[in-house]
Amino acid sequence: MMKHILSVTVSNQPAVLARISGLFSRRNFNILSLNVGETEKPEFSRMTIVVEGDDHTLEQVKKQLYKLIDVIKVTELNQANMVERDMALIKVNCNKNMRTQLIQVVNVFRGKIVDLSPETVTVEVTGDESKINALIELLKDFGIKEVVRTGIVALDRELPSTTKVKN
Amino acid sequence: MALLSGAKILIESLLKEGVEIIFGYPGGKVIPLYDELYDAPITHVLVRHEQAAAHAADGYSRSTGKVGVCIATSGPGATNLVTGIANAYMDSVPVVAFTGQAPTHLIGTDSFQEIDIRGITLPITKHNYMVTNIKDLARVVKEAFYIARTGRPGPVLIDLPVDVIKTNFDYHYPEKVHLPGYQPTYEGNYMQIKAAAEVINNSFRPVIFAGGGVIISNASDELKTLSKTGKIPVANSLMGLGSFPLTDEYSLGMVGMHGTKYANYAISESDLIIAIGVRFDDRVTGRVDKFASKAKIIHIDIDPAEINKNIKVDIPIVGDAKTILNKLIPLIKTVERTEWLETIKEWKRDYPLSYEHRNSNIKPQYIIEKLNEVLSENSIVVTDVGQHQMWAAQYLKFLKPRSFISSGGLGTMGFGLPASIGAQFGNPDRPVICISGDGGFQMNLQELATISNNNLPIKMIIFNNSTLGMVRQWQELFFNERYSHTLIKNPDFIKIAEAYGIKALKVTDKNDVDKAIKEALNYNGPMLLDFVIPQDENVFPMVPEGASLEEMLDYRKVLKETEI
Repeated sequence: MMKHILSVTVSNQPAVLARISGLFSRRNFNILSLNVGETEKPEFSRMTIVVEGDDHTLEQVKKQLYKLIDVIKVTELNQANMVERDMALIKVNCNKNMRTQLIQVVNVFRGKIVDLSPETVTVEVTGDESKINALIELLKDFGIKEVVRTGIVALDRELPSTTKVKN
Repeated sequence: MALLSGAKILIESLLKEGVEIIFGYPGGKVIPLYDELYDAPITHVLVRHEQAAAHAADGYSRSTGKVGVCIATSGPGATNLVTGIANAYMDSVPVVAFTGQAPTHLIGTDSFQEIDIRGITLPITKHNYMVTNIKDLARVVKEAFYIARTGRPGPVLIDLPVDVIKTNFDYHYPEKVHLPGYQPTYEGNYMQIKAAAEVINNSFRPVIFAGGGVIISNASDELKTLSKTGKIPVANSLMGLGSFPLTDEYSLGMVGMHGTKYANYAISESDLIIAIGVRFDDRVTGRVDKFASKAKIIHIDIDPAEINKNIKVDIPIVGDAKTILNKLIPLIKTVERTEWLETIKEWKRDYPLSYEHRNSNIKPQYIIEKLNEVLSENSIVVTDVGQHQMWAAQYLKFLKPRSFISSGGLGTMGFGLPASIGAQFGNPDRPVICISGDGGFQMNLQELATISNNNLPIKMIIFNNSTLGMVRQWQELFFNERYSHTLIKNPDFIKIAEAYGIKALKVTDKNDVDKAIKEALNYNGPMLLDFVIPQDENVFPMVPEGASLEEMLDYRKVLKETEI
């Protein structure tokens, strides 16, 4: 099954998230992650939705989304030509003796230590999904207590104007 | 600055939208609204159950083309609307439903008769609103009517917290809607239309498959022109019945599970399906991979999401059926399709709709044939759901657009009686005939009160076989005749009608059918006819679920095993 990343601009209206999530469950579409936040215009929000499915499913997802009155625009991002970020906060078992070792690992991934306790360290890391997966894999050796991830946020890369397709 | 209450603003907005009639039922949270309705220049029809309000608004809309309006109170009033709203949604009927709601400060507290009707109706409305600020009310009403009737029509619900409709505000009805996320396509891509014309002109065995979209778009004349110009036969979906004259030599009648043999054969043998305003429901296609497997498919529909949803389409044209047909017709060449039309003529001759006549039993098909003889062409027939609905769809011959009102997508038993109320209010001068089964009739028979109170001259025909016939038919054919909870004991429908002050007649002999129908039609007021029909009469032809359209069961085959 192919993974597709949709960037969906929606009106900032009550119940819009329920409309979108309800549509996915009703139509039996599978959401891998969904992220929503404000945009440059306060009346709109942008959702980044990662869906799984074949081409037929994807076509239906896009069309059904467009049928919602509150959906302004649906773009499928080209995975070869987009900027994608996922962020994770990872709380790891780590006493004083282990800290140096942990910080070395985190530095390789350009992560940040954002909280410390005598027994734990909380790491913030940003990047594409695979990078975060890799870090989580390494931190398992320390013992992961909790993980939270934002899910993917993504935007198209802006092409240089000369390479833009002219109509 | 004229300050009006929210309730008054609502009434003024409805008047601006041209609303003449509302079907509803009052309750605690809509009392302020009903107080304004008390002397408003809008007819309010008091139903006896909110489900009937939604169905009546639906029947009104289907028969007139206008937006139907219904009102219910919060909580149970709102939830009772749900089936009616879902029914309108499945058949793309423009209805605007208003529900009362707890005051905004109590929302979310499980207060008395509070229910999240917006949440409940998310998947069964085209769009819905809760108006929490009086300043939004007029705009929301404007948007709701616009959304309901444009594009692919559908129901819109507006939930009204009681404090909002009691608040005073400066009334100003907006001139325009601003909905950046809603821009329906009407025109149809001309390149696609040209491509379609080319394929049509080069086809040998084309079939037009016309659905409810043709009726919604008022494109019946264009459909006829396309058929006549190109010499192309026309098959209908259930929702498309009435869009093309069923007596026309090019008419194939209904396609699908209970379609005519010649329609199903034509679809199966066709080399080109021109589908207009249909959504390829599973009751139409049968086994999808065998549906029209020799044909290319042109699909004209206003809803892009219907393209390629159930059936892979070769030439999609998104837009309004009427607009597109008007652009398509000039490109269509008259092609002699003698061989194809001759084949179809032979199928019609060899495999006509037929049933077995038996002594003096009243066969349901016979009742419909009698109706064909005596009903005037401007009659509206409303059906409920079940066997009688299929017999009506198969045998009725005089149907015009917006004259066959039936619950298609949702298949809602209990739809017929309240929908006929809406149809009669919308068409006071036309005969309205409501055909029901004994099961479905009892699902909303409280509406006899509405019919009686308003002296609506609806003629109610019950096909009474003391069984939930369609389910019984499946049990007979596919479940070893184990009639689990389908053989029912009915009340005396004559006494029930009379208790509501409605004239009624029971008919048990075939020879009395004609007389009874004529008596009812000549009677100036509501009348109920209770026709007792054989319990074991089944709807044929029948494509078993999951079979291809060519694999039709026929009453003769069934008879061979059981009776002959």
